[in-house]
Amino acid sequence: MSARPHRWLLGGRHYSRVASLALAAPFLVLAFVTFLLPLGSLLHESLFLPTPTLAHYERALTAPVYLRVMLRTLRIAAIVTVLALLLAWPLAVVMARSTGLKLAILVASVLLPLWTSVLVRTYAWMVLLQKNGVINQMLMASGLVDEPLKLLYTETAVVIAMSHVLLPFMVLPIYSALRGIPDDYSRAAQMLGASEWATFREVIFPLSLPGVTSGCLMVFLLALGFFVTPALIGGPQQMMIATLVSQQVREMLDWSFAGALVGVMLAFVLLLALIFKRAVRLDRFVGSA
Amino acid sequence: MSAPRRTGSPRHAGRAMLGAAAYAVTIFLLLPTLVIAPMSVGPERYLRFPPNGFSLRWYAEYFADPDWVNATLFSLEAGVIATLAATVIGTMLALALVRGRLPGKGLIELLVIGPVIVPHIALAVAMFLVFEQLRLTGTLLGFAMAHTILALPFVVFTVLAALYRFDADLERAAVSCGASPLRTFRHVTLPLIAPGVVSAALFAFIISFDEAVVSFFISNLDRKTLPRKMFEDIDYNISPTLAAVATMLTLLTVAALVGSHFVKSRLDRRTRSAEP
Repeated sequence: MSARPHRWLLGGRHYSRVASLALAAPFLVLAFVTFLLPLGSLLHESLFLPTPTLAHYERALTAPVYLRVMLRTLRIAAIVTVLALLLAWPLAVVMARSTGLKLAILVASVLLPLWTSVLVRTYAWMVLLQKNGVINQMLMASGLVDEPLKLLYTETAVVIAMSHVLLPFMVLPIYSALRGIPDDYSRAAQMLGASEWATFREVIFPLSLPGVTSGCLMVFLLALGFFVTPALIGGPQQMMIATLVSQQVREMLDWSFAGALVGVMLAFVLLLALIFKRAVRLDRFVGSA
Repeated sequence: MSAPRRTGSPRHAGRAMLGAAAYAVTIFLLLPTLVIAPMSVGPERYLRFPPNGFSLRWYAEYFADPDWVNATLFSLEAGVIATLAATVIGTMLALALVRGRLPGKGLIELLVIGPVIVPHIALAVAMFLVFEQLRLTGTLLGFAMAHTILALPFVVFTVLAALYRFDADLERAAVSCGASPLRTFRHVTLPLIAPGVVSAALFAFIISFDEAVVSFFISNLDRKTLPRKMFEDIDYNISPTLAAVATMLTLLTVAALVGSHFVKSRLDRRTRSAEP
C-alpha cells in the first residue's frame, strides 16, 4: 500500500464505522417505521391492552373455532409443501442435466410464474376451476363426468392453486443445490462401480438435501401466511389463519385478538427460521433470474 | 456429458419417465397464464376457451374505465418511487455490509430478510395499525414506504451478488492512486455493479407493482393500487376485463424478466473481462 489510505476508506476494502453506519442509516430508519414499529405496536396491542394480559393468546390457542383454523392452516401448508416437493423434484433434476435452449425454456417456465402477480395466477385458477370453466369442460367432453364438478371454493382448489403459486420456491433451491454438485462426483462413483441409481441414492440425493430443506421451509412458511389465494379460492369452510386475521381486523375491529394471532404466527415462523437458519437463502431466487 | 446413453435399457426408460414428469410440471406451471391470454380477446361477456372470435373489447373497456386507469396510474407512481428508494437505500446498505465495518451486522441481515419471512398478512395488518395513526393510509407516501421495505431484500441480495463478483483490488488500486471514496465509488464501483443495480431495480418495480396483501390493508376507497382494484373485482365477478388486465400484467412481467436477463448477461461479460 504505497499511498496513505484515505481517512474513510482503509485499504480500499473497508469503510469506517461512521461511513458504514451512514450508509445503513436510511435502511435502519425505514425498517424501524415500516417493520419494527408496526409489528411491535401490534404485539403491544395483543399483550397490554387494556391491561397486561395473556387472555388473547389463551383464546387464540384454546378456543376450538380458532384451533381448527390453525390446524387446518398447518395441514394445508404441509400438504402444499409435500405436493410442491413431489412436483419440483423431477423438474429440478431435468433442469440440472440440461443446457442451452432446453435449460432456458425450463428456467423461463419457472421464473415467469414466480414473477407473475399472485393475483393474476389466482384469478387464472378461478377461471379454470369455475363451474363452466376449462377443466370442467374438459372433464365433461372426455365423458369422465356427466355434470360439472364443484371445484372452486373447495380445499382441493386451495391446495392446487397454492401449490402452483409456491412451486417455483421449491424448484429453484433444489435446482441450485443439484447444480452445485460437480459432475466428477457421479463420474467417480460410477467408475468405482456404482449403478446410476446407486449414484443417485448415495451421492446426488444426500448432497441435494440442503436445497430440499431450503425449498420445503420457504414453501411451508409462505403457505402458512398465505392470504390472497385462500381468501379468493377457498370458501368459508376452508378459512386459513391469514383470512381469520383479516376478518378480526376488518370486521370485528378486534386488534388485540388479531395481534395475538399474529404473535402466534410470528413465534412459529421465527422458531422455524432459527432452526433452519442456513436454509433461508434469498440469493437463490435473485441469483437465478 | 455424464454416462453414455444406452437406448432400450431400463436406465433409458427411467430417464424418459423423469423427462416426461418434468415437462408435465412445466405445463402445469405455464397453463393458467397461457389460458388467460387467449380468453381475454374473446368477444363474449363470458370467458370461453378457446374464444369464439377476436375482439379487443375488454382491453378498450379497461382503458375507458377511470377506476382501472386511476388505480394503474397510482400503482405506477408508487412503483416508481418505491423502485428508486429501494434501489438507492438497498445499494447503500449492500455496500456497508460488504465493504464496511458495521456493528451488529448479523442483526441487520436478519432485519433485511425479515419482510420476506414474516407472513405478509402480519405485516399488512401491523402497517395498517401504525399507518392509520400516522395518517399514511391511502397516501402515496404510505404505499411507497410499504413497497420499499418489501422490495429491499431483493435489491440488497442482487447488489450483494454483484459486489461479491468483482475484485476489491480494483477499488484498492483507485484509492492508492489517491481517489476519494466518492470518486472510487463513482468511477470504479458503480460502473462495475451497474448491471446488478439495474436488475435489482427491475425486480423492485415488479414487486411493488404486483404487491397485493399490504396494499389491500393500507389503501382506502379513493386511493388504491391496481392489485387492490383487481382483488375487489375478482371478489364480485370474474369479468373478462380482469383477463385483459391479467394478460397485460403478464406481458409487463415478461418484459422485465427479459430486460433483467439481458442486463445480467452484460454483468457476466463485464466481470469476466475484469478478471486478470
